[in-house]
Amino acid sequence: MFLSYRIEKKSYTPTFWDNILLPGCALLAMLVISGIMLVLLGYPVFEVLFTFFISPLTNLYDFSEVVMKASILVVIALGLAVGFRANVWNIGAEGQFVMGGIAGSLVALYFYEQEGFYILPLMMLSGAIGGALWAMIPAFLKNRFNTNEILTSLMLVYIAEQLLNYLTYGPLKDPDGLNFPQTVYFSESAIYPYLLEGTRLSITPVITLLLVPLVYLLITKSHLGFQLRVSGYSAAAAKYAGFSAKKMVWISFILCGAFAGFAGISEVSANISQLIPDISPGYGFTAIIVAFLGRLHPVGIIFAGFFMALIYIGAESAQISLGLPVSIGNVFQGLVLFCLLASEFMLRYQIKRR
Amino acid sequence: MELFIVILYATIQACIPLLLAGLGELVCEKSGVLNLGIEGMMLMGAVTAFVVAVESDSLFLGFVMAIFAGTLMSACFAFLTLVLRANQVASGLALSIFGVGLSAFIGLEYVGKPLQGLENFFISYLSEIPLIGRVLFQHDIIVYLSFGLFFAVHRFLYHSRLGLVVRATGENHDAAHMMGYSVIKIRVLAVLFGGMMAGLAGAYLTLVYTPLWSENMTAGRGWIALALVVFAAWRPFRLLVGALLFGFVSITQLFLQSNQGFLSAVPTELFTSLPYLTTIVVLVVISVAQRRKNLSVPSNLGQVFEPR
Amino acid sequence: MAFCGLFWAGQATADPLKVAFVYISPIGDAGWTYQHELGRKAIEREFGDKIETKYIENVAEGPDSERVIRKLASSGYDLIFGTSFGYMNPMLKVAKRFPKVVFEHATGYKTAKNMGNFSPRFYQGRYLSGVAAASKSKKNVIGYLAAFPIPEVIRGINAFTLGAQSINPKIKVKVVWTNSWFDPGKEAEAASSLIAQGADVVTHHTDSVAAVKTANDKGVYAIGYHSNMFKHGEKAQIGAVIHKWDKFYAKKIRQVLDGTWKSSSAWEGINEGMVDFVVTSNLDEKIASKIKDLRSDIVSGNFHPFTGPIHNQKGSKVIGAGEQLDDKDLLSMDYFVKGVEGKVGK
Repeated sequence: MFLSYRIEKKSYTPTFWDNILLPGCALLAMLVISGIMLVLLGYPVFEVLFTFFISPLTNLYDFSEVVMKASILVVIALGLAVGFRANVWNIGAEGQFVMGGIAGSLVALYFYEQEGFYILPLMMLSGAIGGALWAMIPAFLKNRFNTNEILTSLMLVYIAEQLLNYLTYGPLKDPDGLNFPQTVYFSESAIYPYLLEGTRLSITPVITLLLVPLVYLLITKSHLGFQLRVSGYSAAAAKYAGFSAKKMVWISFILCGAFAGFAGISEVSANISQLIPDISPGYGFTAIIVAFLGRLHPVGIIFAGFFMALIYIGAESAQISLGLPVSIGNVFQGLVLFCLLASEFMLRYQIKRR
Repeated sequence: MELFIVILYATIQACIPLLLAGLGELVCEKSGVLNLGIEGMMLMGAVTAFVVAVESDSLFLGFVMAIFAGTLMSACFAFLTLVLRANQVASGLALSIFGVGLSAFIGLEYVGKPLQGLENFFISYLSEIPLIGRVLFQHDIIVYLSFGLFFAVHRFLYHSRLGLVVRATGENHDAAHMMGYSVIKIRVLAVLFGGMMAGLAGAYLTLVYTPLWSENMTAGRGWIALALVVFAAWRPFRLLVGALLFGFVSITQLFLQSNQGFLSAVPTELFTSLPYLTTIVVLVVISVAQRRKNLSVPSNLGQVFEPR
Repeated sequence: MAFCGLFWAGQATADPLKVAFVYISPIGDAGWTYQHELGRKAIEREFGDKIETKYIENVAEGPDSERVIRKLASSGYDLIFGTSFGYMNPMLKVAKRFPKVVFEHATGYKTAKNMGNFSPRFYQGRYLSGVAAASKSKKNVIGYLAAFPIPEVIRGINAFTLGAQSINPKIKVKVVWTNSWFDPGKEAEAASSLIAQGADVVTHHTDSVAAVKTANDKGVYAIGYHSNMFKHGEKAQIGAVIHKWDKFYAKKIRQVLDGTWKSSSAWEGINEGMVDFVVTSNLDEKIASKIKDLRSDIVSGNFHPFTGPIHNQKGSKVIGAGEQLDDKDLLSMDYFVKGVEGKVGK
C-alpha cells in the first residue's frame, strides 16, 4: 500500500493561517495522545489536563511564574530562530545560558556589597558577552575548519556545566557558607527588581517584549535578515548573490549566544540571586522546542514559550494537588514537538497515487 | 600490579554501556541519520528492563523487553524523520526529552527497589590465565556479547555487501537511490538498530552495572556515547578504543583521589569534561583532514533525503 | 439540638493543623527521603485528626523549590518541613513573605523569626559505626565514599575514623568523593575502587544503596547509612547509621499546636532519638555489647566522640588529651583527622 503512493514536495510558502493552524493541530493532537495515555494509566484525564493547562492561569502568582519562565525561554528561542532560519544549528544554547550566568555573576560578585545603578546593566552586558563568547567557539570552528556545529555546540554545553561546578565548589565558594557549593548571596543592587508586589515578576519579561519587535524587524525587514534567509534556503543561491556564508554563521551564533547569556544572568539574578551548581532545568534545550513550535517566527515564539512555561508550572501544580510526578511535564513537551514535526509534513508534502 | 588489574577490569565494565549505545548510533549515523535521542532511548531501555525484571523475576525477559522498548522509541524517530521527513535534530531532542520524562514516570514506583543483578560468567580455562584471564574473562555475559556485537558491526560495515550499501547511503543518498537501493528502508533499519542497542545499553545499567532504578540514572551516558561516535570518526575500532579510554579515565580518577599524587591536584571537573573536550579536538582534526582526503565522515549526515 | 450545636462547635476548634513536607527525591524504600517519610507516617498515627499532612516528593533544589514551598504556604499549610540543604534560601524568602506560617529547614545554617533549622548529630552514630568497622577489618583499611566535602560529611568521616582507631590505632580510612548525592553507577565504581585498594569494610555518605550492594557482591563488609540496608547486603552489612524523625516532628507539631513554637537551631543526636546505630547479626557479640555500652555513655553525656587527643592529617595537634571539641568547632570542621587518606577540597 505504501508503495502505491508517492510523496511529493509542495512549493512551500506557508500562509499566515498555516502558521496558526499547524501548531494548533499539533496541540490538539498532543492533548488527544496524552489524554489516551492518562486514561490507560488510570488518571482522571480532565482533572489532570485542567490542572496542567488552566489552573496556572487562574491566579496571579502562578500566572506571573509562567510569564517569568516563558520570558527566559522566549529570549533563548528568539536567538535560536535567527540561526535556524539561516540553517545554522546551534543546539548548545544551554551552555551559553550557563556561561552567561557565570559571566554576569562575576560582575555581581566583583561589586559585592556595593551600591550603584550601573551594576545591573553591567551584569546583563557581561552575561550577554559571556554567552556570545562561548557561542563564538563553534562558530569559529565551523568557519575555520568546517566542523559540524551541532556536535561542537552540544559538547560545549557539558564543558560549561563542569566549569560552573568547578567555580561553585572551588574559587567562587562563599567563604562563610560552611563549604557548601554556592557563592555569596548577591547584594540588593545586583538582583533584578521585582515589579509586582507578591510575585517574582521582574524586568526580564519587559526586556523580552522589547527584543521581540527588534528580532522581527531584523529577520523580515532588514537586508541582513534577507541574507540570512537566503543562505538558509540555499547555500548556492547565497553564494551566487555574493552573501558571505561565514558572516551568517558568525552573526547567528553571536546573536544567539548573547540572548542565551542574557537569559542565563536574568535567571540567576532574579530567581536564584547566587551562583549554584545547577542553574537551569534544561532551558537551553526546551528553547529549541519553543523555536520550532513557534515556527521560527518571533510572535509565534511568544506563544510557544508561554505554552512550554505553562507545562512546567502545570506539572508542578499537578504534582502538588494530584500527586503526579513532575516528569510528566517532559513527556508533554516531547509529545508536542513530535506532533508539530509530524503535522509539518502535511504542509510541505502531498501524497499522490502513483 | 594487582591494582592495575582491578582498574582494567572496572574499565571494561564501565565502557560497556557506552560501547553498546555508541555502536548503535555509529551504524545509524553511517547510514546518514543523526539521532540525538540516545539518552532517551537508553533510559527507556533501562526502566523497562528493571520493571520487567522485578515483576517477572527474569533478567532475560528484562533484556528482551528493554531492546524492544529502545526499538519502539527509535521507530517513532524513524517514522518522524524518514517517513514524514522531519528535522532530525529537533526530532532527536524531542525523543530525548520525551524519554527522560516517560522513564521517570514509569519507574516512579520502582525507585530503590532491590534486584539481584546478573551474575558473572567465568569462561572456563581462559579465566584462569594469569592477568589477561582476570581482566578479560571474568565478566558477565553481556560483556562478552558486547564484544561479539562489536566484531559483528565491524564485519557488517566493512566486509558485507549490505554494509557497503549502508555506508553508501550515508555518503551520498542520491547516488544510492540511483543505484536502485531504497534509501528510506536502509535508514529505517539502521535507526531501529540504534534503538535496539541503546535499549540494551540501558538494560546493562539497571540489570548488571548497578541493579537499581533511579530517575535519570544514565547520567548523561547517552550524550557521551554520541560524543564517542564522533571521537571515533565513525569507525568501530576507534569507538571501542574511545569507550575504553573514557572508562579508564573515569575509573582511574577514583583511584587517584585517595592517593596523594600530583594528579590529585587536578580538579575532577577537568577529568569529567575530558571526553567532551577531546571530541571537539577530534572533530577539528577530522574536519581538517577531510579537506585533504576523503575520510569516513558520512557526508549526508543529518540531511533529509528527497527523492527526485 | 443543643447537643448538635456543641458538636459543631467542637469541630470548629479542632480544625486540623496542616503540615507539609518537601522531599528532595522520590521516597523509594531506603535512604534520606524514605526516613523522613517514616517520620511523617509516625506523626500521622500519633496525632490522628489533629493534623493533616501532605508531602511533595522529588522537588529539585534551587529557584523552582521556592515556588513549591510558596504554594504550600499560600494554600493554608501552617507548618512546612523542608528536608534538603538547597531549600534554605528559597525557604527563607518564602518565610519572610508568610510570617504566620512556621518553617523548619533541615541541614542548613540560616534561620528567621518563623524559620528554624534542624540537623542530626550523625557523628555520634558514625563513631559507633567506626568501632564496628574496625573490628571487622583485617587489612586495616576502610573505604569511605562521600558526596561533597561539606562539614557534616567531614565530621562523619572524622568521627568514624576516631571510633575505628579507638580499638585499632593502625586503621586507615580512604576517602573517595563521588561529587553527587545520588549516582548509583558512580557509587558502585567508587566502592569497587576502594575495595580494590585494600578496603575490607566500606561505608558511604551518599544516598543510594549501591555501596552496600557492591560490598555484598565483592565479599567485604559494609556499614549502611540512612536506613537499615540489610536486605541489600545480607552478608555485608554489619550495622547501619540511621536517622529517625518521628520524635522531632512530633515535638515541633506539639509546640505549634500549643503556641509555644520558637525559632531555634536544633542539633539532635542519639539521646533525642534523631540518630542511631543499629547492628546486625554479622557483628560479633562482644563488639556489639561494647558498642551498646559506648552508646549509653554518649546518651548519658559521659562520653563525647570528639575527645582529645586529636591530631589532624598532617600530625599537628588539634586538641590535647581530655579536651573536647565544642559545637562551634564541629560545625565548621574543614580538616581530616590523622588516619584519613584523601583530600578535603576536591
